[in-house]
Amino acid sequence: MKHVDAYRDPVLAKTLRAAIAEEATGRRYALMEFCGGHTHAICRYGLEDLLPPTVTMIHGPGCPVCVLPIGRLDMAIELALRPGVILATYGDMLRVPGSNGNSLLKAKAAGADIRMVYSTQAALDLTEKHPDRQVVFFAIGFETTTPPTAVALAHAKAKGLRNFTVFCNHVLTPPAIDAIMATDGTDGGIRIDGVVGPGHVSTVIGTGAYEEAADKHRRPIVISGFEPIDVLESVLRLVRQINRGEARVENGFSRAVRRDGNAKALALIDQVFGLRDSFEWRGLGAIPHSALQLTDAYADFDAERRFGLVHRTVPDHKACECGDILRGVKRPSDCKVFGNACTPDNPLGSCMVSPEGACAAFYLYGRFRDVAATA
Amino acid sequence: MCLALPAKVLGITGETGTVELGGVEIDISLALLDDVQPGDYVVVHVGFALSKIDEAEARATLAALHAARQAAAPPPPQHRNGGEEAAG
Ligand code: SF4
Repeated sequence: MKHVDAYRDPVLAKTLRAAIAEEATGRRYALMEFCGGHTHAICRYGLEDLLPPTVTMIHGPGCPVCVLPIGRLDMAIELALRPGVILATYGDMLRVPGSNGNSLLKAKAAGADIRMVYSTQAALDLTEKHPDRQVVFFAIGFETTTPPTAVALAHAKAKGLRNFTVFCNHVLTPPAIDAIMATDGTDGGIRIDGVVGPGHVSTVIGTGAYEEAADKHRRPIVISGFEPIDVLESVLRLVRQINRGEARVENGFSRAVRRDGNAKALALIDQVFGLRDSFEWRGLGAIPHSALQLTDAYADFDAERRFGLVHRTVPDHKACECGDILRGVKRPSDCKVFGNACTPDNPLGSCMVSPEGACAAFYLYGRFRDVAATA
Repeated sequence: MCLALPAKVLGITGETGTVELGGVEIDISLALLDDVQPGDYVVVHVGFALSKIDEAEARATLAALHAARQAAAPPPPQHRNGGEEAAG
């Protein structure tokens, strides 16, 4: 497959492995891959086994399903159960546990009209098929899923649709990276020496969006693609910068990412969304200016306003360590119920649901090794 | 849901592109990109193309990786230079 196979070349992997081992000496390197797509790739290809003991990969919170707090999911479930509402959602959300053992899947079984969609266009199509119903799109995700939501909203406004709203939960990557880099390891977080930055998010926001965080915290960020060679090369670049005392943003995914990102997508986001003062993240808590809401011009399409939804903070399941895992403080195998009471078929926490969640990725690709290694 | 592969654009009608993704043909939206032509590769997410793959950058990246490999060790006997062209 073009643009894929060449980045899975075992000979290149060997060279990069040797270069990392040669250069990562004399100290420890705690590197966080922010994005769940990278966590998935690291587990799938066993990349941690290729790294020297001096380099530790810490799995970050960049999994859209994982970081949505239970309170927001509860709002979606409540909405779905209202008469006349069709809730359109990406499939990953269906099995995420809400409070009291609830989930969208259970709400669906109880009679709620919940439709799984692959794109925002499919949600718009529902408005035409069901003119007498209120179609609500459950919008989640980082800057990769935000532009498609913006496109749908712009269409809905242009057409003057009266039965389409968006329950907006879009979050922003740079404030979360800033919050994670701000910890020095003494305040319940973990000190990170460098960040493997998200590749697909950066196609939209560009590498320039990380310069402030790298400058402020004096630590490097390397934007990476998702194939094994991409990730290994980004690790090497981070090790080199750390050794030289540098703190630059580097573009390791230049075939897809530009410094200024996707201007068309950014303009659309600007037209439709504004910043929230603060937003709660699972694991990271409330982070100022870290999420989007619909602007006043789009108030008619805002499900929170139309249906008067109110957010309550709800604690995670008692046994679940997702919060600490999302902060990088714990690993999935540190959770007592990992792989026994909690599995992808029966997830107790959000990190076990989508394949980008750290617990699910560990379960699918590496749990026996990891559990054995830490037992 | 952030997992994605580069998809090859086969045809374009208005804002809709037909792409080949892992051997399957699907329709996606090109509303977020300008200047996409059939034959281009795009990064697709939840039904939308977010970015066009820059062929020159891809070649440069692979050339640099292979140059570093050759500098680190003599090439193995049956190695294929580049790799990307052969993978087309
Ligand atoms: S294994 Fe399950 S319960 Fe434990 S942290 Fe992961 S998602 Fe939560």
